[in-house]
Parts: sequence; structure tokens; C-alpha cells
Amino acid sequence: MQAIRSFLKTFLLWELLQGLWVTLKGMFRHKTTINYPEEKTPQSVRFRGLHALRRYPNGEERCIACKLCEAVCPALAITIESDVANDGTRRTTRYDIDLFKCIYCGFCEEACPVDAIVETRIHEYHMENRGENIMTKDKLLGIGDRYEAMIAADRAADAKYR
Amino acid sequence: MWEWGALRDWLSGLMTPYWANPLLTAVQILMVMIGLVLTMAFYTLAERKVIGWIQSRRGPNRVNLFWIPGLGQPFADVIKLMFKEIIIPADASGFLFRLAPFLSLVPALAIWAVIPFSPQHAFANIDAGLLYVLALTSMGVYGIILAGWAANSKYAFLGAMRSAAQIVAYEIAMGFAMVGVLMAAGSLNIGDIIEAQRGGPLSWNWFWLFPLLIVYFIAGVAETNRAPFDVAEGESEIVAGFHVDYSGMAFALFFIAEYVNMILISALTVIFFFGGWLSPFDGYLSESAWLAGPSFFWFGLKTLFPMFCFLWLRATFPRYRYDQIMRLGWKALIPVTLVWLLVEGFMVYFHVGPWKGHL
Amino acid sequence: MFPTILFFVFSAVLISAALGVILVRNPVHSALLLVLCFFNSAVIWILLDAEFLGIVLVLVYVGAVMVLFLFVVMMLDVNLEEFRSGLTDYWPLAAAVAGFVVFAIINVIVVKHLGGASLRSAPALAEGYSNTRALGTVLFTRYAYAAEIASTILLVASVAAIVLTLRRRPGGKLQNIAQQVAVRARDRVRIVKMTAEKRP
Repeated sequence: MQAIRSFLKTFLLWELLQGLWVTLKGMFRHKTTINYPEEKTPQSVRFRGLHALRRYPNGEERCIACKLCEAVCPALAITIESDVANDGTRRTTRYDIDLFKCIYCGFCEEACPVDAIVETRIHEYHMENRGENIMTKDKLLGIGDRYEAMIAADRAADAKYR
Repeated sequence: MWEWGALRDWLSGLMTPYWANPLLTAVQILMVMIGLVLTMAFYTLAERKVIGWIQSRRGPNRVNLFWIPGLGQPFADVIKLMFKEIIIPADASGFLFRLAPFLSLVPALAIWAVIPFSPQHAFANIDAGLLYVLALTSMGVYGIILAGWAANSKYAFLGAMRSAAQIVAYEIAMGFAMVGVLMAAGSLNIGDIIEAQRGGPLSWNWFWLFPLLIVYFIAGVAETNRAPFDVAEGESEIVAGFHVDYSGMAFALFFIAEYVNMILISALTVIFFFGGWLSPFDGYLSESAWLAGPSFFWFGLKTLFPMFCFLWLRATFPRYRYDQIMRLGWKALIPVTLVWLLVEGFMVYFHVGPWKGHL
Repeated sequence: MFPTILFFVFSAVLISAALGVILVRNPVHSALLLVLCFFNSAVIWILLDAEFLGIVLVLVYVGAVMVLFLFVVMMLDVNLEEFRSGLTDYWPLAAAVAGFVVFAIINVIVVKHLGGASLRSAPALAEGYSNTRALGTVLFTRYAYAAEIASTILLVASVAAIVLTLRRRPGGKLQNIAQQVAVRARDRVRIVKMTAEKRP
């Protein structure tokens, strides 16, 4: 009896028909595609994207060239050189992040005692020429100036969980 | 021949029949070719859409045509392929490499010469129509073998060998399934095969020849090298099989041939098992009603179903392993057809089913 | 008029392709030229209204036999130089065979007048004549026994070919798919219902 049943099942392609039924049902399922440039998936405030260097509200650079980020960086993507500035403070003369080396782990952000280096939510960026992968201090400060409102809001929203 | 009154009258008013007849035929061929290529173009879109829907995606929706998202995708693809360079590998056998795409496309298009689109519309009404179809479907394998060999690449060669063995194996099952249809109709003429199925959906061949329908369709899927039998191109193992080294329009010709063959197998399935251009209301409504009369409309509508099945199968089943394909062809499909031919023999002898009126 | 032109065109292609088969160096090319030969002879048959024979020629030889032939020729790694050396030593034998074949054909066509009538033109066919039906009628009435015997011989030959080439290597790890298909879940897995244990 069992043998006849399994024989019939094989010859009537029963299991194949079951599979076809599943895919047929799938055709009328809700479509989960996001039409990317027009629609975007929601992003966390903790998203780790492009880096930025921040300033204090009075325009002073936050970074004090402590080199903790350089030390903690697991991919060795950060290069810092520092010197004494005119006002007697220690400042970076060079702050480079190689985006090809960076693994976007966020350790630099965690290590920073003054919240200078941060990772923003910007993830749609590209490079067209060799060398553009190196984010220099000027570029990082520029991004920080431009997106300060967003960066500050994200830090504030996440502050109570840190 | 096509009964195409208005154009024929207009042409014969302009010139002698000696010139008008070939010209009319040429125009008709052009019409069918354009129709086929357009169907094929939208079939590729339908494939991507249907498989997308099955996988909970939306499918291509970027290229708009007539404000319908995605409808212009085939044309965008064609333009892209036309502007790509056709690269011929340095060690390839140049002439055969260029010849192979045409060898796969020409038989695929030539078969349509005997397909009756409606009772009046067929190019050639030849007695051995069924054999012609069988002969030319087996011709398509040359394009694949030559493409694989001429490219002088191991992947392409492996794909060609697999495809050749597979097509020769499934041809036999396909031929036997056709023999069943032949026994039901008593003729090799495709028009007569359709006429023999007259009398509503239950007298179409699918009911009495159901196993043969299944075998025919499976063999058809294998013959066109479509998933789940697409080991000839199996991208996970041999990159793209026989057409790895082709690019641009040369690649597109293989693509067109494959899709035209799929449409052809669908059309043949409808002709052999679903009554071709016969109406499903035939025998239920009065003969004068438009819905009950045989027409191209029914043929086209019915052909869409097997065409959908091709895509449905591709989205559902994983690729067969090569030895399993061979086992299925030789040890499952051929015995099934042979057994059913025997059953059919008894049905003929005892006048069951469609053979009630015979003898 | 037009069919005559077609006949000469296709004959010319047929003869040049046939010459190509033996003159071309690459075995794959010569196999392909042989395919072209079959095609042209099929066309000539169709020009003679023998459409069934023409299509069957394409179906059997072009569609199946030559595919397998090409398959083998492509797979073989033939060393052409070694193969060719000393081939011309056999020319007397080749000339004798070729001479005999030419003599036989001339004998059939000219001396016995067998082809005399058909050389001029094919006889006109009656309306509604189907050579598929005619061939079937002859094959299953007059030559029924011959056809049956021929098919039996072919069947025996194909079975014999399989038996002769089939070998089972000991220690092979081929799967027995029939056995795999026949397996049921209950043969492999036993589902046991157990009551949950009380927490001590």
C-alpha cells in the first residue's frame, strides 16, 4: 500500500506540484522591493557612514590630536601628525582617513574623548579619481560643518543609551 | 497561403502576379518575423517580471514606455547590446564562430513556416508538417555545438557537449509523444491534427493523452535548454556554457533563438494538445458566435499558458544534476511514452475516446 | 524553369560540399560539410516532391546521426600528421574502389536505362497524392515483414551495443537514484513524542 502510494506520488509529480503551488502563491504576495532613489529604508541614528570632524559652537576645532583614534583603528586607516598651534594648543597638522582601508567599525568615534571624529549617516558617496579615497582634514572638517545639525541631533538622540 | 484580401488586391492591381505573389509572401514573412521578435522581446520582460513577482520583487520598472514602468526594458536591452563590441577570441575558429548564432536562430524562425495561426493563416500546409517541425527543432543544436567548439574555450565546449547529449536524448521522448498525437489525428499535417481535436475542451488531446502532454512539455523545456534543464549554460559551474565568449548582438542572437524556441514549444504544445486555434466554447455555443469560432485569438491566448509555465518552472525548480537529467530522459520519459502508446493502441482497437468514429 | 535552376544550384552546392568533405583538412569542418551535403540532397528530394524522404533525411542524419558524429569528432584528439602519413600508399586500392562505384552507377543509369525516364523529368503527381501515406502503405503491407525484420535487427544491435559497453566498476560511488527516490521519511527519521520533565 505504502509502495503504491509513493509510486503514485512520484509519477503524478506530487511534490513538484506542491512546489509550483508555493511559487504561484508567492506571485501574489506583497512586494518588498524599495524603489531606491525615491524610497529609502529607514536608517538608525547610529548608522556608521562617512566620517566627519566636528567643531565647538564657537568655531574651534574639537580635535586635540590625542591620537587615540589612530591607536584604536583596527585597519590602520587613520594617519595623524600634530604640532603646537599659534595659540599654544596641540592641534593636528594632518588628519587623513583612507576610506579604502576603513572598515567603518566606529572605534575611532568611541575612542575620541572630545567627540571630534564621528561617523555620519551619509552613505551615498563615490570617488571618481585616484586619491579621492583619502579624506584629508579639510574635507573632514568641511563635512562636519555642513552636517553639524544632523550630527548633533543624532548624538543627542543616542546620548541616553551611551 | 494567407488569405489577405485587401493587400493582395492592391498589389495585384499594381503589378503582374509573377511579382505580386512573391512580394506578398515576403510581406507576410516580414509581418510574422516582426510579430515574433516583438513577442520575444516582451517575453524577456515578462520573464523578469514574473520571476520577480514570485521572489517578492517588482522586476524591471525603470524604463517607461507609454507611462507603464518597465515596458521599455526590452528596447533598452536591445540598444545596449547593439552598441557593444562583438569580440572574437584570438584562437577561435573565426568563420564558424560567426556562423553559429545564425545556425541557432535560422531553424528557430524557419519552423514557423508550418505553424497555422488560424484556419486560414499558415505559410505552408505541407503533409509532413510534424516531421518538418521535428527535423528543424533538432537543427537548432548545431548552433550550440558550433558555438561551443569554435570559441576554443573549455567552458564553452563543455556546455556544447552537455547540450548536444541532452537534446539528442530528449528528442526521442519528444518524438514518441508526437507519435501519440499522430495516432490520435491520423495525419502528419498540422492543420489536420488540429481539426481532429474539434468538439470542445474535452475532445482536445490533453485529456486522453495527458501523460504525453507532460512528457512533451518536459522534453520541450529540456530541448530549449531552459531551467531546470539549463546545464548547457549552468552559470554556477561553466560560467555561461556555450555562449561564454559571445558578446553584443552575437550573444543577442542566441538569446533571441532561445526565446523564439520557447514560444515555439508553447505554440506546438497548444497545437498538439490544446486544439490550436479551436475555441474552448466549440460545441457549447452556436457555431455562428464569434467566441465559438476558431480564430487566432484563441491560439494566442492558449499559447500564453505554456509560455507562462516556462517562467514558472524556472522560478520554482533548482537545476537538475547532469546524470539526473539523463536518467529522467532515458529511464523515465521514454518508458512512460512507450507505455502510453500501448494504452493508446488499445484505445484505438476498442474505439475509446477520440477514436469512437474511426473505422 | 525555376525548379530546374534550383536543381542546378543545389546540385552544384551538393557536389562542391561533397568534394569539401574529403579535401578539407579539419575533421570538424568536413563533418559540417557533410551536413551541408545531406541538406542539399534533402532539398533535391523535396524538389522531386518526395517531401517525406527529404525531411526524414534531415531528421535522421542531420538531426541525430551527424550531431553524434560531430560530438565524437570534436572530442577526439586526432593527430592529423600521424594520421596522414602513408595514406597515399593506398591509392591503388582507393582507385579500384572508386572505379568500381563509378562503373556501377553508369551501369545502372545508362546501360540498364533505369534512370532514363527520371533524368528527363519527374512524373506529375495526382491531386491529393501524399507520399507519406503512399510510403506508409507500402511499408506496412507489401514490405511489412522486411520492415519488421529490419527493426528487430536494429533493436538487437542497439541492445547489444549497450550490453557490450556497459561495465560496472567495483568500488564506484555512483548513487542509485531509484533507491533514493523510494526512500520515505519514516525509514530515516523516527519522531518521538515525550512529555516534558518536571523541574526538580
